Amino acid sequence: MTRLTKLMATTAASMLVAGAAAAADCPVKVGVLHSLSGTMAISETTLKDTMLMLIDQQNKAGGVLGCQIEPVVVDPASDWPLFAEKARELLTVHEVDVIFGNWTSVSRKSVLPVIEELNGLLFYPVQYEGEESSKNVFYTGAAPNQQAIPAVDYFLEELGIERFALLGTDYVYPRTTNNILEQYLKDKGIAAEDIFVNYTPFGHSDWATIVSDVVGLGEGGKQVGVISTINGDANIGFYKELAAAGVSADDLPVVAFSVGEEELSGLDTSNLVGHLAAWNYFQSAETEANAEFIDAWKEFAGAERVTNDPMEAHYIGFNMWVNAAEAAGSTEVDAVRDAMYGQEFPNLTGGTAVMLPNHHLAKPVLIGEIQADGQFDIISKTTEVPGDAWTDFLPESAVLTSDWKDLGCGMYNTETKTCVQLTSNY
Amino acid sequence: MLRIFTLVIALAWLPFAVSAQELQTLLQSHRDVIIKPSRKTVGPTLDALVASGLPSVRGFLEAWQEKNVYLRAEDDQFYLGSDADGGLTLLDVDTGAQAVTGVDKKDAKQIKPNGGVRREIGSALVAFQLSDPDIARRTQALDALARSLDAAQLAPLIASIDNETDAGLKTRKQKLANYLQARFGESPAIRVAAIENLANDLSVDGRAVLSQILATEMLVAQQLPDDANVAEVLEPGEGDLDRIAAYQTLVDDHGLPALVVPADIRRALEANVDGGIVGGIPVARLDNEAERARAYDALVEAGKVPARVSEAAIDQAFADWGFYAVYLESDPTITEAAETAQATAQTRVTLSQTADIGLDAISLASIYFLAAIGLAVTFGVMGVINMAHGEFIMMGAYTGYVVQQIVPDYTLSLIIALPLAFAVTFGAGVAMERLVIRWLYNRPLETLLATFGISIALQQLAKNIFGTQARPLTSPGWLDGAWIINDVIQISYIRIAIFVLALTFLCLLLLILKRTRLGLEVRAVTQNPRMAASMGINPEKIKMLTFGLGSGIAGIAGVAIGLYAKVTSEMGADYIVQSFMTVVVGGVGNVWGTLAGASMIGGFQKGVEWLNPSNTLAAQTYMILFIILFIQFRPKGIVALKGRAAGD
Amino acid sequence: MQRSFLAQNPSVMWFLAALGLFTVVVTLLAEGTGTALISTSFVKTLGKVLCLCLIAIAMDVVWGYCGILSLGHFAFFGIGGYSVGMWLMYARTEAIVETSMASSVIPPTSAEVQDAIAAQIFGVVGASEFPMIWMFSHSLVLQLLMVVLVPGLLALVFGWLAFRSRVTGVYLSILTQAMTLALALYLLQNDSGLRGNNGLSGLQNIPGFDDVPQSTISMVFFWASAAALGAGYVLFARVLSGKMGSVIRAVRDDEVRVRFLGYHVESYKLFVFTLTAIVAGIAGALYYPQAGIINPTEVAPIASIYLAVWVAIGGRGRLYGSVIGAAFVSLLASWFTGGGAPNINLGVYEILWTEWWLVLLGASFVAVTLFFPGGIGSLFDRLKGDAK
Repeated sequence: MTRLTKLMATTAASMLVAGAAAAADCPVKVGVLHSLSGTMAISETTLKDTMLMLIDQQNKAGGVLGCQIEPVVVDPASDWPLFAEKARELLTVHEVDVIFGNWTSVSRKSVLPVIEELNGLLFYPVQYEGEESSKNVFYTGAAPNQQAIPAVDYFLEELGIERFALLGTDYVYPRTTNNILEQYLKDKGIAAEDIFVNYTPFGHSDWATIVSDVVGLGEGGKQVGVISTINGDANIGFYKELAAAGVSADDLPVVAFSVGEEELSGLDTSNLVGHLAAWNYFQSAETEANAEFIDAWKEFAGAERVTNDPMEAHYIGFNMWVNAAEAAGSTEVDAVRDAMYGQEFPNLTGGTAVMLPNHHLAKPVLIGEIQADGQFDIISKTTEVPGDAWTDFLPESAVLTSDWKDLGCGMYNTETKTCVQLTSNY
Repeated sequence: MLRIFTLVIALAWLPFAVSAQELQTLLQSHRDVIIKPSRKTVGPTLDALVASGLPSVRGFLEAWQEKNVYLRAEDDQFYLGSDADGGLTLLDVDTGAQAVTGVDKKDAKQIKPNGGVRREIGSALVAFQLSDPDIARRTQALDALARSLDAAQLAPLIASIDNETDAGLKTRKQKLANYLQARFGESPAIRVAAIENLANDLSVDGRAVLSQILATEMLVAQQLPDDANVAEVLEPGEGDLDRIAAYQTLVDDHGLPALVVPADIRRALEANVDGGIVGGIPVARLDNEAERARAYDALVEAGKVPARVSEAAIDQAFADWGFYAVYLESDPTITEAAETAQATAQTRVTLSQTADIGLDAISLASIYFLAAIGLAVTFGVMGVINMAHGEFIMMGAYTGYVVQQIVPDYTLSLIIALPLAFAVTFGAGVAMERLVIRWLYNRPLETLLATFGISIALQQLAKNIFGTQARPLTSPGWLDGAWIINDVIQISYIRIAIFVLALTFLCLLLLILKRTRLGLEVRAVTQNPRMAASMGINPEKIKMLTFGLGSGIAGIAGVAIGLYAKVTSEMGADYIVQSFMTVVVGGVGNVWGTLAGASMIGGFQKGVEWLNPSNTLAAQTYMILFIILFIQFRPKGIVALKGRAAGD
Repeated sequence: MQRSFLAQNPSVMWFLAALGLFTVVVTLLAEGTGTALISTSFVKTLGKVLCLCLIAIAMDVVWGYCGILSLGHFAFFGIGGYSVGMWLMYARTEAIVETSMASSVIPPTSAEVQDAIAAQIFGVVGASEFPMIWMFSHSLVLQLLMVVLVPGLLALVFGWLAFRSRVTGVYLSILTQAMTLALALYLLQNDSGLRGNNGLSGLQNIPGFDDVPQSTISMVFFWASAAALGAGYVLFARVLSGKMGSVIRAVRDDEVRVRFLGYHVESYKLFVFTLTAIVAGIAGALYYPQAGIINPTEVAPIASIYLAVWVAIGGRGRLYGSVIGAAFVSLLASWFTGGGAPNINLGVYEILWTEWWLVLLGASFVAVTLFFPGGIGSLFDRLKGDAK
């Protein structure tokens, strides 16, 4: 009896393999590592749903390598150590071929040692502070030079801002981004006293003093602009206080890096019209691919739902992974990684995203003005900007480069011509 | 006959037809700039448009500024457009006549100038709009003018002052004219007079004018030019001028020998390794600065690398060269006048800023007070520790949100929400007291834990019902904006409303506790429940009502806090620890104590923020440390009741 | 002496036996040392649970026996984790830097090595210099000393101030909570020099043991945690037995009366508070290399409150009760939040346990306080009572 079952199983398996004509075990398992509970749930649940939709679409189109894709969803509950635990579980217990996940930088840093130890593959879809390059991570979100730097250029060139207020929530992304921007601004000839930096805690609500300080910066006779890396709920109080102070976007423009369609839905935007955000994607982008994506999303998740930048990052990342696996003929991590380099996939905003050897994408940068309906009016779009793992504007990082394809190193010192380390710095 | 007639008509129309296309032609010749304008390139185009003198230019510029210009794909012509449900309605740029309606959005490209370009367009429009009959346009013109002061606008502005009918705008025009006079006035005398007026001007714009007049640049010279209007002689290594940076300027601009930093030494040594030896020293020994310096000096002697610049050489360079901050404005009388005016203005600004911080502190204190006053009743008067107090605040805020979903009028919904929030949280408080707390009156630590259990359950319930995303609670229009006392001191109406609300509750609570039957009974029950019971008071009922009252106030506080900040399931947790501290610091059992506690905490936090404006988080940390220490040394709080120590 | 102590306290013997048996079973089933029925990630979970049990015992002693409801013991736990984490990060980075610099033409100076390590560690938070508090991080011995000293001193100073001013009851609870909040806020600042919100990460990689697989490392930490739990249990059982234990319990029951009897109550409280803080620090130092990352959210006030919840559910005033509570609730929590519990479909509404677990926890907590003040541990007492 048992022998018979075994025999049947073997036959079936060999038939399947023959049918698929590829070296993949069916079904192909894809891990989804996004918090479904806790503080990050609101942002990350959307991405989990996006992944389920993309997998569903791909399965309808025939899956990958002739196999159906099976999503394995786990909940790290916005608890950073739990991210490491769940990643280990995905890779060793569920044996997934690839993981799509994480939102916060700290959760990524928590996962890094595990996926590097077990040689997993992670697609990370959120804009982040850079200064990192892991062999096992593809960064489909924006590096600072794909979001912050173009936005500052826009401030300098187009709005003629001469005095900057860098306001941020006190955590790694704003800190690093502001460090880079401070140096960049100084290189551009902005004096140190014309750069005002302030950090507030998560969920900060008492903005009166800070807003009046920023407005007061105008006394120097220079045009003032705000670069905001304020995160999450704290934005609500900030924009409310800004509106109460009667400051319009013409007098004091604010460009935000963490405010998207999703965040604006918690706000009355009529007072914010004209303030800016920089992303690689806006729902208002007028292309056919985007219209299709939005329709599919609304059908999948509900008519009132909006799309945002990290969703596009997953869209590009997942499709690239499927194409790379097809090209490699396998879902095995090393083969897929090699096939990833140079992968191209059309952006939802037009143009083509390319995967670079430093595991970042080349993507266009868009700047949008907030409109009364909570959407963004795209007023500036660059050509594709290649993502830079190590910023050129900090002296320690300027000498570093990442090239996993030819140099085989994510932290290569171009000055000493040595590889600083093969693991990433976590 | 007929044919000739037609021809005559056509000929008669011809000049019109040509002129009717004039603006379009002009636009087409600046096509690229108009389609993709940039702040830096748009200037000549705007000049050309204004210089053309065409009557339709103004309308076009206004439409352009408001993103209402379209480029139609079919004929590649510019149109003014307006968006409606049935598609675009396009108007001819020259005549303003309706050209076509119902155009699909895909067939016409909307031209979207960015903020910088819109500002430039605004400046170009100033001349047209300064005397416009529409007051909104005139205001717009003045806004644009204030944003970029330009010498060319002085004459038209002054010309428009006399005919200005609106008193407010007239003052503003005079003020702006004064700014322009101060910067671009014809003679020094006019300028100095205008500058002296600025001494009384506290506005950011006015101070900006002074700063612009007083703008300096750094001048490095061996001999100070005679005509230089020096603001300050700079000493390298003192103040803002870094020693290394100062020397680097000399290297960059005046060709002095470059500094050799440790990294340069390492690079030079690496480049000159010869058979494991550099400058006579084996490479293995080069793991410290002293040996490296010796090796480098050997290389210098061999003439392979540039010599190191000694400290003495740097000092000599600084002796040779002077560093000066020089005014861009060459006339010393003007800069002196501006200095004086700035000093006067600055003193007044500092005073006002202190007052402003004081207002912010009062506002913060009133928010803390409002959050804590319910607790002052339940914890302070009754001695019941309720960790779910924060969640009652949250419930109140969500009540406000739900009401706003049903009643769209913000004023009306606020009027409904306040009593409703009280009712909801009063009910919740009474239920909690009946079901849980009354069984635990003799076990305060267990009350703490049980109410904490309720707190996490309520928080999660709110998440399950409303989601984790912040919900909007929008204040009515009349609470928008700020009360402006002068150009520095201002406070938003919503904060004033919170202050008033806090004050109302203070009075109301004092009234209830001191002047009503209920208050008398409450005090009786808290002082001696048995005696009170034997006097015919029902202690159970009184405790229930008191607890309900405290919870209900928390609900109203929730609405107020939601209006000024946000509504999330975690908002209660943000206030709970601070609220307890407010009550404890102030002194338990006394509403005045809570007021004192809130004032002290709010004041202290603003004080620290003022000293260290770039780090709000540090202010909060210090505040908590301060509270911990304060309680250690004054355990009974600021307003201590006799005979009750912390913990009784 | 030892024998008589154990003989007097049979529960200690039972506990040690159960712990030993559990350790042996896990060792036999684990991936690294046995039949691989238990995955490495689960071994790590179990090891962490043992550390949580250890701090739960400490909490039980300070609250259940001495009557001080401290809402700050997770702060000490976190400090222990940070102390050991600093050495782990430093040593790991030092190894990386030395490898990468070994190939350079000229041997690096010690200043260059220091700079490179600092740039590596603090580069991610936008700084590049070692703050003062890292000055002992190069030495494992000194950092291990910090695991004990920093929580101990902090507890000593805080306790001395608080007990001296006779701050007791809920006031003390709020004060300890404020202390935790202040620490969490301090750590959240990037200027604190402990990498702000990111905290210290990659702690599971033990420097010098790069070639040892995680399955083995996890077992070593599991054994160490078990040993620490056993030692901690014996230590507290000894402290609580005899005359001293009686005084401590008496302080809980009526502080004023004990004071009138001539005991220096403050000294006893200070001793218990400080000792438990040190044990909490040790537990943290064992916990975080297994968790892999420590950051300020770990020290947030809520964590300390959960600690009280575990002890209450397990049963206060019984050492084994707190162990049961910590193990039971934390394992249950990971079962519920990990999607292990089947969702209940009510037709109109589906109860997703990831969403409703906290509601359940909160409600059960109220129920335990109201109806079941002895917690799970009291079940054992009832069994004992029945047996008699």
